[in-house]
Amino acid sequence: MITKENYKVNSKGYYGKFGGAYVPEMLLPNILELQENYLEITSRPSFKKEFDYLLKDYVGRPTPLYLAQRMSEKYQAQIFLKREDLCHTGAHKVNNTIGQILLAKALNKKKIIAETGAGQHGVATATVCALMGMECIIYMGAVDMVRQRPNVERMKILGAEIRAAESGSKTLKDATNEAMRHWINHPTDTHYIIGSVVGPHPYPDLVARFQSVISEEIKYQLNEQIGRDHPDMVIACVGGGSNAAGAFYHYLDRPEVQLIAAEAAGLGIDNKKSAATTFLGTEGVLHGSKTLLMQTADGQVTEPYSISAGLDYPGIGPIHAHLFDSGRAHFCAVTDEEAMHAGIDLSRLEGIIPAIETAHAISALDKIEVKDKVVVINVSGRGDKDLDTYITWGKY
Amino acid sequence: MNRIDEVFSRKKKGVLNIYFTAGYPKINDTLRIARTLEAAGVDIIEIGIPYSDPIADGPTIQDSSQKALDAGMSLKLLMRQLQDLRKHIKIPVILMGYINPVLQYGFTKFCQDCKEVGIDGVILPDLPMQEYAEMYQVTFEEYGIYNIFLMTPLTSEKRVLQINEASKGFIYMVSSASITGAKQEVSQAQIDYFERIQKMNLSVQRLIGFGISNKETFDNACQYASGAIIGSAFINQLNKDDSDEAITSFVGSIINP
Ligand SMILES: Cc1ncc(COP(=O)(O)O)c(C=O)c1O
Repeated sequence: MITKENYKVNSKGYYGKFGGAYVPEMLLPNILELQENYLEITSRPSFKKEFDYLLKDYVGRPTPLYLAQRMSEKYQAQIFLKREDLCHTGAHKVNNTIGQILLAKALNKKKIIAETGAGQHGVATATVCALMGMECIIYMGAVDMVRQRPNVERMKILGAEIRAAESGSKTLKDATNEAMRHWINHPTDTHYIIGSVVGPHPYPDLVARFQSVISEEIKYQLNEQIGRDHPDMVIACVGGGSNAAGAFYHYLDRPEVQLIAAEAAGLGIDNKKSAATTFLGTEGVLHGSKTLLMQTADGQVTEPYSISAGLDYPGIGPIHAHLFDSGRAHFCAVTDEEAMHAGIDLSRLEGIIPAIETAHAISALDKIEVKDKVVVINVSGRGDKDLDTYITWGKY
Repeated sequence: MNRIDEVFSRKKKGVLNIYFTAGYPKINDTLRIARTLEAAGVDIIEIGIPYSDPIADGPTIQDSSQKALDAGMSLKLLMRQLQDLRKHIKIPVILMGYINPVLQYGFTKFCQDCKEVGIDGVILPDLPMQEYAEMYQVTFEEYGIYNIFLMTPLTSEKRVLQINEASKGFIYMVSSASITGAKQEVSQAQIDYFERIQKMNLSVQRLIGFGISNKETFDNACQYASGAIIGSAFINQLNKDDSDEAITSFVGSIINP
């Protein structure tokens, strides 16, 4: 039984025992500046007005909530798709980058840095920097730059400078390290746009608030379509957890809504090549917050694996660590193979080719009982960026 | 008396603290390098616990950490290597590392083992004061381990005073807004910051670190604090030549007039 509890961040930056701001003194002035100002700035009417305007006329919100007929028939349920894939740049990531660049402007920052794994957050950041005429540097693991060539070029076309992270395992976690190091070296004029609900407080809360527009829309859209503002179940994939945090946000304190998080199991949770953090991770500190992460017994962060670059991260945001720990959300692990089949399934049943991250959320339908339920699946992104992966996989 | 306090009670100027990464360049070098440093005249030794994601460190220390990890270095092994530390070494020894490996080791066990082998203080840059005070301070104090705090040019005056209040041993004064790494000179902006802090007459001693690389930068820093810390420049020396003679002459080049 789920007790009534607050699942949002507390005044000290914690979700239960997870969260906080474990940053070196060199970063503290920046973090304190954000902690002290983010709520005031984001609640200004002028901020809200511009944020809403850009989400509407630039991003294309509200995104549709679509009743997927053939999918619903297959699962004998009422399945709604929240179409974040229709956002400008092709994924939910832009909701956050719009919010953060407006915050950066309000804080008088002149330059933007960001990390990216698959390149989706990098593209969304480069996009808003072009929109606002701000200088933009994106850190990306050298290995990921090779894997995600088209997104590297997209960012360059948008005018961003891409810097290869050559340290450690040369992937997303190292790109995040490099972005943090850059920020330490350029503390006054630069804002760091983190791409998910990870990092030191207030980032997890900041990003969750910007993404919460997703469940805000679901509430009224469901009301219009079925006469009640909540489904029985919300399903989303979790890399760092920003699209899931946004889709869950307004239902966190509504125990009648089941929250389902799909993690990337890679080749399987009994295989070393996996990214299913709640199954394989333990408590620790990663990128400035106490959370669950994949690590050795000695506390070295391990390199995760998933076919989906956007889920290929060794941790999850502290909000999700708490949702897992408290039992509020149910986590399931979806393998590469299961996700790819689910992606094809959605393509064939509804004519929507999802991002492979999203395909993990679709696959959760096979892992939980959904019969006769009202289900919302967050379609976090479109599959255009993943065509090469679909082609290489080939089983369609 | 904690050995760190003991050093500052007899030496108010020119205190030299040298950092190196545990298990580097060779996995069994930890104790050898510490002994050589003491014999060469270093006042405090700081041993880095290698970590996979050291966000406050520049390429030199990142690289030494990664190589030590690849060779099999771990906090457990480090504690074993330090088992007989106090049979060989009299000067203060500080462990520097990131919070995650310490949490996995078990925080209480870490403090307990530090005390047992004779560690005097620890520097955990990603353990901020709020978390320290709420969750860790009591245990540190129970085992008599000093937690060394950092300050930077951007640390507000109010916070500098809080850090002074919370500090034992010394305050690690980060010389510029940057990650670790050797630099050739000290800028005017840094000197302004050093002077500003000097005028605050803090009760706790300060050592200046980050970018201190040779006699000139060391002497310069010593004008504004009780001493200074050399890290990356010493690792660079180990990369060139890590023999006892080379280490001794590196230290000599800094402290000999
Ligand atoms: C389409 C899509 N979905 C999901 C994710 C995972 O991120 P998060 O868990 O923060 O939503 C990404 C990340 O790149 C993505 O591109």
